[in-house]
Amino acid sequence: MEVNEKIAVDHGLKPDEYKKICDLLKRVPNLTELGIFSAMWNEHCSYKSSRLHLKKLNTKGKKVIQGPGENAGVIDIGDDDAIVFKIESHNHPSFIEPYQGAATGVGGIMRDVFTMGARPIANLNSIHFGSTQHKKTKNLLRGVVKGIGGYGNCIGVPTIAGQTCFDQSYNGNILVNAMTLGLVNKNKIFYSKAAGINKPVIYVGSKTGRDGIHGASMASAIFDDKIEEKKPTVQVGDPFTEKLLLEACLELMSDKSIIAIQDMGAAGLTSSSIEMASKGNLGIELHLDKVPCREEKMTPYEIMLSESQERMLIVLENGKEDSAKKIFDKWNLDFAVIGKTNNTKNIELYFEKEKVANVPIKFLANEAPMYDRPWKKTKLPQKIKFSNSDFKKLKFSDVIKKMISNPNICSKQWIWEQYDHTVMGDTIQKPGGDAGVVRVHGTKKAVASSVDSSATYCHAHPFTGGKQVVCEAWRNLVSVGAEPIAITNCLNFGNPEKKENMGEFVECIDGINEASKYLNFPVVSGNVSFYNETKDKGIKPTPTIGGVGLIKDYKNLMTMKFKSKENLVLVIGKTEGNLDQSIFANVILDEKKGPPPEINLFNEKNNGETVLKLIKEKLALSVHDVSLGGIMIGALKMCIAGSKGIKFYKFKNLTNIYQYFFSEDQGRYIIEVDKNNLKKVENILKKNSVHFDLLGETTDKEIIINDGPTFTVDKVTEFYRSWLYKYMS
Amino acid sequence: MNSSVIIFPGSNCDRDMDVALKKFGFKNKMVWHDDDKLPKSDLIVLPGGFSYGDYLRCGSIAGKSKIIQSVIDFANSGGLVLGICNGFQILTETGLLKGVLQQNKNIEFICKNIFVKVNNSENKFFENIDKDVLELHIAHNEGNYFCTEDELKSLEDNNQIAAYYCSSDGKVDDKSNPNGAIKNIAGIFNKKKNILGMMPHPERMIDQSLSGEDGSIFFENLLMNLK
Repeated sequence: MEVNEKIAVDHGLKPDEYKKICDLLKRVPNLTELGIFSAMWNEHCSYKSSRLHLKKLNTKGKKVIQGPGENAGVIDIGDDDAIVFKIESHNHPSFIEPYQGAATGVGGIMRDVFTMGARPIANLNSIHFGSTQHKKTKNLLRGVVKGIGGYGNCIGVPTIAGQTCFDQSYNGNILVNAMTLGLVNKNKIFYSKAAGINKPVIYVGSKTGRDGIHGASMASAIFDDKIEEKKPTVQVGDPFTEKLLLEACLELMSDKSIIAIQDMGAAGLTSSSIEMASKGNLGIELHLDKVPCREEKMTPYEIMLSESQERMLIVLENGKEDSAKKIFDKWNLDFAVIGKTNNTKNIELYFEKEKVANVPIKFLANEAPMYDRPWKKTKLPQKIKFSNSDFKKLKFSDVIKKMISNPNICSKQWIWEQYDHTVMGDTIQKPGGDAGVVRVHGTKKAVASSVDSSATYCHAHPFTGGKQVVCEAWRNLVSVGAEPIAITNCLNFGNPEKKENMGEFVECIDGINEASKYLNFPVVSGNVSFYNETKDKGIKPTPTIGGVGLIKDYKNLMTMKFKSKENLVLVIGKTEGNLDQSIFANVILDEKKGPPPEINLFNEKNNGETVLKLIKEKLALSVHDVSLGGIMIGALKMCIAGSKGIKFYKFKNLTNIYQYFFSEDQGRYIIEVDKNNLKKVENILKKNSVHFDLLGETTDKEIIINDGPTFTVDKVTEFYRSWLYKYMS
Repeated sequence: MNSSVIIFPGSNCDRDMDVALKKFGFKNKMVWHDDDKLPKSDLIVLPGGFSYGDYLRCGSIAGKSKIIQSVIDFANSGGLVLGICNGFQILTETGLLKGVLQQNKNIEFICKNIFVKVNNSENKFFENIDKDVLELHIAHNEGNYFCTEDELKSLEDNNQIAAYYCSSDGKVDDKSNPNGAIKNIAGIFNKKKNILGMMPHPERMIDQSLSGEDGSIFFENLLMNLK
């Protein structure tokens, strides 16, 4: 087939991009070459709309061993131990085929982590669905949860934490972001940079089929009425093969056979081979008839663009082929020498002895388009003036019931009980806490991790929202007693060709960056997912932040559950009473305007560090950060977790009870303290200039609100736990 | 005491079991599915996981693997065999234990703490155990035990039911049945009571920091009984 502009456009390239290809090559590419260009130059692989802005991110830190640019980021946690982690989106495929889309999302991110030599020790996920009233939501939720569980459970890696949100902006584009943490010896990390010429290039893992061809291009486009037709572009996962691949790769990594290794993720063999060669400034020669195929008569074009799962490409030391093959034979996996590195700096493909493609690698990598797309700033919205009449019609007990059983607040137990969260025998904080925590096997250390997003805030004001998500991740780690170390980000946005969407992206990044710098909480890995848009309607800007922190002695793990009655409960950080953009304003008052709560980074850092001090001095008995739903929801969750009640003291200085209890002012924590230790706690807080208020004291079962209703913790627990079960039954 | 844990491709609780056995004083060895001989052992454990991807039926391919004939011989000669979760499924596939494990009644994977009531403590596994309700942990998609009426009668007549799912105070009822298992059965023995298959994972409950510690009681007791 003769290639022309129309065929190029069908491949997702723009006419001027096609012209650039012809200019670079000084000829018309053949179909295989065009396929390779389209795969490397799409948004998903080239980051053409985002690269310019991602460069700004704060990626350095004392504990950073590897920042963005590799398969995953790596941080130092002492004693030669390092944590490899990354978050990645699988949004488009999950909407088309929820089970397989979500499953292969989990499989893909785990491969990114074990490619670097790390054994995966924990999975997390952040999933966003449309309105609970939308007809597709239930099935999508069920399929995604089954897919995530189906993959992670089979591999035997615990899913320790996550986040689930519902908002109508995701009606046509759900989000599935999967994160994996792995443990590696910091002297035995594997990278994707090839080195040396005439080194054998090895293909291992599953056979190649026709599934997922152009998957990355599909994920770089908006949805229209014909998305059902895109089902064949969704990959099919086989967690069993991945488990074998994991064990085989780790076994091979125990000696010095591997020069470079890269998993075949988006754009399969194309991007993996080109990335390894490009990083090593080498050429690569592949003989495609040697690629193990599971379907007959596959063409070079199909082989290069297949996104079949559970495959790896390895550049091996010469002479190590036989010993390496033995390992893959043992695990019953395909192993084929399919080519070698060379010094041409080109990718050269052969098929049935004919040269079928020859392209300089720099055209595919460095010369890929990079756009400075026009973008629009979002103005800070005017503050809403709530009037007393807004509140007068409310009944406090109804409000509490409505809030605690709200889909975005209620317990997600229905979801996480379907994930194996205890396999590997090191999960010391299960899902349902502020962060998941796993011990570093065989040591005193533990690693804490959480995922967060705040699309409502980011939508109202992207810059503030971007800062807020980073702070939220920081707070969640602090709440379990972990020292926050670094983050990974998954940037889910609409169409970058629209200046409003591009503006949201740019300003969220600026916000993330500012908070990340101030908190010394660098970004070490991540991914961008644009074009989350259906028929002209995009999602709310949703940067998802995965945070990782360290607990030096796992016995000092902090939890949110109230420990016993008659202890004092304090709120750390100042309550201003802002309701704008709170879930209370949104759900109870139906007020969706206004600015998100302000972020004061000094207070954020100071409050967090002081809480850590209280935990270290063993003065805090339980800790929980204040987020969605404010103090009331925060305190109720602590009651529910510990099966205790609370008697709230009379509040001071605020105009009304709703502002006091439901404001989402930032930088706050609720802590439980022994009465006898109050003086000591006060001294530490005062010494560090941290504002605090006495909120109340714990009771046996009763939840008593001054001038308001009384509940029992059992009743509130029922509201909290039952909503999702009822919805899904 | 010497124990051996068999690793099948797709096993994923093999390490957890190794950690647990060693913690309580077993000298444990890992045995690869493609071996044909077992090391000298006082206890053989088939661990949880997804052996051979659980393709065809859970445990069915593992039930035909190379090492399994040695396990069968070992069991038939009176050796102690413990199958947890996928291990239980494998034992039913080999015919060493009666019945089958079907998909959970709610067709969902379930990972949570449950309680079991020990039904028969006249055997090496539960003899001398000082607690008859244990809090253990389940994590499975196919734990819904089923057998024919005749098989059930025979299990009951021979006192082969090892444990029932129950409430925290030992009540065996529908509410405490997590997966729809017939008669709330969580684990069974063979006739001679030297083979135990059960869905709950004691190896995940061996430390105060984990989901609980009743697994420790199980392993400590087992080791003592073998000495």
